[in-house]
Amino acid sequence: MALSIVHRATGIALYVGTLLLAWWLIAAASGPAAYAHVQAFTGSIIGRLILFGYTWALMHHMLSGIRHFVWDLGFGFKANEREALTWGALIGGIVLTVLIWIIAYATGGGR
Amino acid sequence: MSATDTPKRSMRTPLGRVRNLGAAHSGTSDFWRQRVTAVAMTLLMIPVLVIIVMLFGRNQAFVAQTLGSLPIAVIMLLFIVASAWHMKIGMQVVIEDYIHNEKLKLVSVMLNNFFSVAVALASIYAILKLSSGV
Repeated sequence: MALSIVHRATGIALYVGTLLLAWWLIAAASGPAAYAHVQAFTGSIIGRLILFGYTWALMHHMLSGIRHFVWDLGFGFKANEREALTWGALIGGIVLTVLIWIIAYATGGGR
Repeated sequence: MSATDTPKRSMRTPLGRVRNLGAAHSGTSDFWRQRVTAVAMTLLMIPVLVIIVMLFGRNQAFVAQTLGSLPIAVIMLLFIVASAWHMKIGMQVVIEDYIHNEKLKLVSVMLNNFFSVAVALASIYAILKLSSGV
């Protein structure tokens, strides 16, 4: 599996994406006019896609990181264990992402 | 001769061997901090996700009021500090792995520091502004 590079790629994506987090917080602190720009972006199709991708990058990077942590602690080095951890991070990341967005829409976030 | 004597062929000084910090002069501190911040963010992930999902799609007044409340502001501040620190270390590892030109590497590491600190401070400033209600 070549998932170590995906861990790096998602890390870099999350790095750049902190600009969005900072923009969101600054806009919220600036007032309704500035916040309207953020909402226009997060409400657009492209904005939603970027946020969805960002959620996946975060969830995958976290689970993949936990996988690295298991290895740091000296466990999970057998071939089948490595495979299981890797698939767990891959599938778990997608499942968690979809789950978060279902909850976000169900609680009225889609407005 | 005791075992503690420096081998003849070693380039390392006795002091260097005692300090055991290696060429970076900081030993494994970045490795350790990367893991400390990773565990911190993993623990903070559920409250942070709850906050963001709760604020998603809401108007500015509600978002500003919620982010300014004490427990939520503290959770966000902890997450911002941990993530900025973590991403600074992670990006430095990537830079050191792929950029082999020494000058370009130094500039990249420096810009990485600037970016991480700037994003963290801008976010922290926003949270504090909301908390103080200015």
